Amino acid sequence: MKNIARYILSRVAGLLGVLLVVSLITFALMHAVPGGPFDARALERQQMIPENIKRQLNVKYGLDKPVWRQYLLFLRNAVRLDFGHSLAFPSRTVMQIFKEQWPYSVQLGLLTLLFSTIVGIGLGIASAVRPNSWVDHAGTGVSIFCLVMPSFVFAILLQFVLSVQLGLLPTGGWDGPRHWIMPVLANSLAPVLVLQRYMRSSMRDAMRAGYVRTARAKGLSRRRIMFVHVFKNALTPVLTVGGPLAAGLVTGSFFVESIFRIPGIGFYFVSAIGQRDYPMIMATTVVWTAVISAAYLVTDLLYALADPRVTLSGEK
Amino acid sequence: MAATARTLNRTPSKKRPKWLSLFWLRFRRNRVGVAALSFIFVEAAIAIFAPWVAPFDPYRGDFTATWQTPNALHWLGTDDLGRDVLSRLIYGARVSISVGVLSQLAIAVVGLPLGALAGLRGGWLDYALMRVIDVLSSLPSLLFYILLMVALGAGFGNLIIAMAATGWIGMARLVRGQVLSLKETDYVRASRAMGGGARHIILTHLLRNALTPIIVSLALGIPGAMFAEAGLSFLGLGIPSPQASWGQMIGMYQAYIRTAWHLTVFPSTVLAVTMLAWFLLGDAIRDALETSTPSYSD
Repeated sequence: MKNIARYILSRVAGLLGVLLVVSLITFALMHAVPGGPFDARALERQQMIPENIKRQLNVKYGLDKPVWRQYLLFLRNAVRLDFGHSLAFPSRTVMQIFKEQWPYSVQLGLLTLLFSTIVGIGLGIASAVRPNSWVDHAGTGVSIFCLVMPSFVFAILLQFVLSVQLGLLPTGGWDGPRHWIMPVLANSLAPVLVLQRYMRSSMRDAMRAGYVRTARAKGLSRRRIMFVHVFKNALTPVLTVGGPLAAGLVTGSFFVESIFRIPGIGFYFVSAIGQRDYPMIMATTVVWTAVISAAYLVTDLLYALADPRVTLSGEK
Repeated sequence: MAATARTLNRTPSKKRPKWLSLFWLRFRRNRVGVAALSFIFVEAAIAIFAPWVAPFDPYRGDFTATWQTPNALHWLGTDDLGRDVLSRLIYGARVSISVGVLSQLAIAVVGLPLGALAGLRGGWLDYALMRVIDVLSSLPSLLFYILLMVALGAGFGNLIIAMAATGWIGMARLVRGQVLSLKETDYVRASRAMGGGARHIILTHLLRNALTPIIVSLALGIPGAMFAEAGLSFLGLGIPSPQASWGQMIGMYQAYIRTAWHLTVFPSTVLAVTMLAWFLLGDAIRDALETSTPSYSD
């Protein structure tokens, strides 16, 4: 128990270090850009901001201070989860935007996770149980499709066929189950691919294991072997990809959210980029890195719980 | 004994690069691979000879012919400024293919020596490099691309720089791992025991044996880079507007899917088919180079 606590502590310390460096990199990159946020907005509205007003705006948002002091200020506030006001949406703070928009991304992510788990795991099992059958070939076909088809291209083609040609589904929005179908399908490409490939190879590995041969020798039914001996053991390695995958999904998608006009974090991030919304960009980068790194940590812990052969060690 | 002496005396330069002809023999038998290669050849030829192949100037608008759906004159229609979609697709192929190939060259140029150096020298250099890689790979890769492109600004050259800046990580890791495991093989030890110098060992033993995974990684990296270019251009961070790129066309016109579907559906289809061809080519190259690992479609 003491070991586990020490392990978690050392991992969290490492995570904080990573977050510090990542925020520093992002900060440096943002400030390497020629032109500040007010220039970008002026360009968009095709108007000039007088020099003295720009100076006052810079003073108001603290952009007149030396860069290193801006970074220290950012750090001090970020610890309290205060990322300041968004520059692109000045009426709201970054935390408010996160609070109000993130649920959309989480909902899309969880629906995608549900769908792709059913399809990916199901296809993976079917392909593993009957190798070189039509199911296996279909599974390979699906995974190649998922691999080469960019999500935004698939989204456009779905929109074209299902909304424009057939008129079955609305082209965008997020008001009800009818709006969910296309975004979830488009968002599922990568997770289906990963889950299907992992499940298949992990099942096939488990099927070759000694305990399966023993079980067969004992005369157990094929069904019982597949469920109790193979499936249960094959699921553990899939867990290792499942965690980070889920974290990636709930942080939202730039492409799918902007094509289907879903007001999630991905959608807001894309508009933040164009407008040089420093606080928003910094917050998104840091929060996402934190969520994904935390997912890796949780996955490793779960993996150690699920597989007694795995031992956690602080030093590696 | 005499036979051994003769074999040893034979200089490597006199030997035909046997693995290349062997590779071609094996590759030729893969019908899918040959089909993908032919498709890419045709597409590359169209891209290279774009000024002669394209029916219209991809940059000149015609305000009397805007928003046209596919017709006899404009086979794939025209866009909001009356520019010919087919011609823009043909010029977009130039961007897509050159981004794919050049980015992999840049990744090899940066990642290969760094990975090899870390693997060979070890010590603090290896330690420092691995920590840098740890931190950089904890950033979600798409986010890293986006941040770099925001900082550098949209443009072809910057796109290659951003891809090299993110892609070298995987290459360095791959090469380092190869060097570390190859360093311990019996033939490298034997070579060292027989007095083989560092140069000899690196060039003839390490490089030659690490070549297969490196080539496979680069070949499969090409569709990955095309995907990244299309994605960034879609977000408006890749190829800037007057120039044409498939991803950028999809991004610019996706809002008009109801009124002008041809503006997004054609680039989408071309992009998907091209990605499929490059991926199948990479897979076939791997099958032809590697004898032990099972292929993707196994």
